Amino acid sequence: MDLSNLYTQVILEHNKDTRNRREIEGYTHKERGHNPSCGDDITIEAKIEDGIIRDLAYTGHGCSISQASASMMTDLLTGKTVEEALEIIEIFLGMIKREISDIDYLEEVLDEASILQGISNLPARVKCAVLAWHTLKEAVQKED
Amino acid sequence: MRDFREDFPILNQEVNGRKIIYLDSAATSQRPQQVLDAVMKYDHEANGNPHRGSHALSMRATEAFENVREKVRSFIGARCTKEIIFTKNATEAINLVAYSYALEHMKPGDQIVITIAEHHANLVTWQQIAKKTGAHLVYMYVDPEGRLPLGELQKIDQKTKLVACTHMSNVLGSIFPVDKVIQRGHEVGAKVLIDGAQAVAHMPVDVAELDCDFYVFSGHKMYSLTGVGVLYGREEILEKMEPFLYGGDMIEYVYEEETSFNELPFKFEAGTQGIESVVSLGAAIDYLHEVTFELIHEKEMELTEYALRRLEELPYIRIVGPKDLNHRGAVISFVVEDVHPHDVSMILDNYGVGVRAGHHCAQPLLRFMEVYTCSRASFAFFNTKEEIDALVDNLNEVRRWMGYGSK
Repeated sequence: MDLSNLYTQVILEHNKDTRNRREIEGYTHKERGHNPSCGDDITIEAKIEDGIIRDLAYTGHGCSISQASASMMTDLLTGKTVEEALEIIEIFLGMIKREISDIDYLEEVLDEASILQGISNLPARVKCAVLAWHTLKEAVQKED
Repeated sequence: MRDFREDFPILNQEVNGRKIIYLDSAATSQRPQQVLDAVMKYDHEANGNPHRGSHALSMRATEAFENVREKVRSFIGARCTKEIIFTKNATEAINLVAYSYALEHMKPGDQIVITIAEHHANLVTWQQIAKKTGAHLVYMYVDPEGRLPLGELQKIDQKTKLVACTHMSNVLGSIFPVDKVIQRGHEVGAKVLIDGAQAVAHMPVDVAELDCDFYVFSGHKMYSLTGVGVLYGREEILEKMEPFLYGGDMIEYVYEEETSFNELPFKFEAGTQGIESVVSLGAAIDYLHEVTFELIHEKEMELTEYALRRLEELPYIRIVGPKDLNHRGAVISFVVEDVHPHDVSMILDNYGVGVRAGHHCAQPLLRFMEVYTCSRASFAFFNTKEEIDALVDNLNEVRRWMGYGSK
């Protein structure tokens, strides 16, 4: 594996970026996600009003892939309806599971997050990439 | 000097186009050719089910199996082979003591004392036994350097019925004052279990001299195959303990309603054991004797000193554990500033360097030391200074890949 395909500029920037790494005052949904094997541990908070994700953020710690993935998800899903968000999450998970491989389609729906497609070839990092997405899915579905 | 690396065929291969550098012996050690040959020889010449038949192969298997028991006895200085129980690994040995001894003897208000540095195997087990019996679990804490201050031993008091302590921490690398822990335990009438998983491949251990009640270790961290561990127990204690697992070979007479159990050590070895693994353990002991603990100690300390010195040159490295060689083994945990250990190990792997990342089965310890996860390099006597140079030089690469300045 070529490291330059994994540690791309986009991933490194999202990993260092702290915009989305914060707590949300008055959040409506919150969930903690954990990868016991490598120690990634993140908490997703969302403020959902009238079925729309008004604000989304995360806290915690983890490897660059888990942090960048959480940051990209936050950018992508803020402002979406819960329904849209759940659909996009499924498409992201489908990409990682290699069920969806059309890169044009993935780029259109997932924007920057489509860059994580290559993770599907790295079993050791799959859990890191999907952690935030699974956690948000659980957060919104739990309250239904 | 002989190149011991050549004894380990697995090291003679490349990872990502580079000669493999194995710095994870604390997780599992590699197997020398001598151990692999012994297993092959057993399967070519002697495989049968021990203790169960009077044909040639069953007798050869019995002999091979029981010879290893004697080797283990002599290796750790036990008084007799009745005190040597084969298990699957150190974890199972601890659980055997937990279920067959502790569960029977603990009452509400009793105390179990362990250290914060225990591997989950020697921590979760006692935490759960405490919950089941109403006993209190009390922790002895390490100092900021990762050593156990003797003052903590005062927590072992009259209420204490059992003390469980690691001989050497798999995270910190510190060697604990187990002789004093055992002495203190016995002063208050407690039984003392020592987890020797990280110790036995690196230093001579004498259970009679230590005077502990139980000593456990795994074969696969001392150059044998996986699937074999050892429980040493003081004969008079084992004698009074109930069996842990029921089944074949651990019985004497079986009737429809009643069973009488076999004598020690067979009482604790239900079912057909992992005989190849046991055979490999015997060969591993021979191998360690051949290399000698003097040489192992000398080489490993030389490597550890060199690695500590080189790592300390890097301003972005924080070592989790003692920074000098005083009561310390060849395990070095560290944090790379701003880089998660999972990224550290992945990038190092790209350069052929294998280190462990994560919480190392010691979550409470890492929480106490205020690190979430860390990287760990652990050395065996066959490692070289060049390999440590590769580790250190490629840590600069780790920083560079993650977009930080290296020095």
